[in-house]
Amino acid sequence: MVINIGFHIFLLLMMVIGAGIAIFSKKLISSLVSLGTVGMLLSIYFLILGAPDIAITQLVVEVLTLIILLSAITGRDVTADMTSSKIYGFFLFFIFIISIITIFSYSYFIFPEFGNSNMRVGKEYLYLAPSKLKAANAVTAIVLDFRGYDTIGEATVIFTAIIGVMVLLRKKGKKDE
Amino acid sequence: MNKGMSEIVKNISKIVSPFIIIFGISIIFYGHLTPGGGFPGGVIIAASFVLLLLAYGREKVLSKLSLYKSDILHDIGAIMFLSVALIGFSGGIFFLNFFDKGKLFSLWSGGNLLFSNIAIGLKIGTSLFLGITLLSMIRIVYKKNKIEFYEKEEDIK
Repeated sequence: MVINIGFHIFLLLMMVIGAGIAIFSKKLISSLVSLGTVGMLLSIYFLILGAPDIAITQLVVEVLTLIILLSAITGRDVTADMTSSKIYGFFLFFIFIISIITIFSYSYFIFPEFGNSNMRVGKEYLYLAPSKLKAANAVTAIVLDFRGYDTIGEATVIFTAIIGVMVLLRKKGKKDE
Repeated sequence: MNKGMSEIVKNISKIVSPFIIIFGISIIFYGHLTPGGGFPGGVIIAASFVLLLLAYGREKVLSKLSLYKSDILHDIGAIMFLSVALIGFSGGIFFLNFFDKGKLFSLWSGGNLLFSNIAIGLKIGTSLFLGITLLSMIRIVYKKNKIEFYEKEEDIK
């Protein structure tokens, strides 16, 4: 699927603008809405780049994250603290942005062309997944079979996080001092 | 009893949530044929329970799937994924895929990919459900540099 280069630039610019509104807006609810916009546009961008697995995951996880964040900020009078030294913060911000742009534009010339990487390992996987493993979805074959160690580590991380939540948020057994 | 949202939201979410669960199960079971897999399917199943939680309040959801049951299911998912990996030792290597591979584009294909998808879907779905339900159950209030936990909203002054 060939898409005009202008559409790519439009989507990326909209994401940058949404992230800027999320950082600099005074009210938390408006920054939450613009954060949701960034997530939805990122999902559309994954779909255009040809990664429907990641697009589905991004969409669903974004909705659940928005629900958690929204339930955390409603009913509380929380506003962002923007009073502390502005000039110093902007100075650091510009130094950070300029150094990042310099490093990225230097390393841009080393990258392979967009969409045409020299995929030596990827070609092998794309050949092996339908022929040897008989799996039609190559992404699932890579995640669960060729790179199964990584997935087991990821599952361990989520298991540990949920055990931590269950231990921290319990009522019984909390001793008074 | 006026808990939860209005009647329209309650009825619509009651009708819609079984279809969301079926959609999540189909995404899990066809994860090796179509886009999707264990992780998005599990999150979709958890999202249907979150829809009921938002519409009805947590007593209705906890009567359908209690915390104890979901904790057991979470552990079953983790142990199932680990055992899929450990079964490969019967062929000699960790994570060896020694099942019958089947035919391309049929439901039984890819060996143990189907079992791994089911295990990850069970684990992710119940863990997200546990996390969101636990976060909704207990309110944490700051009072004069002291953190206090409350289980019900009536106790907060």
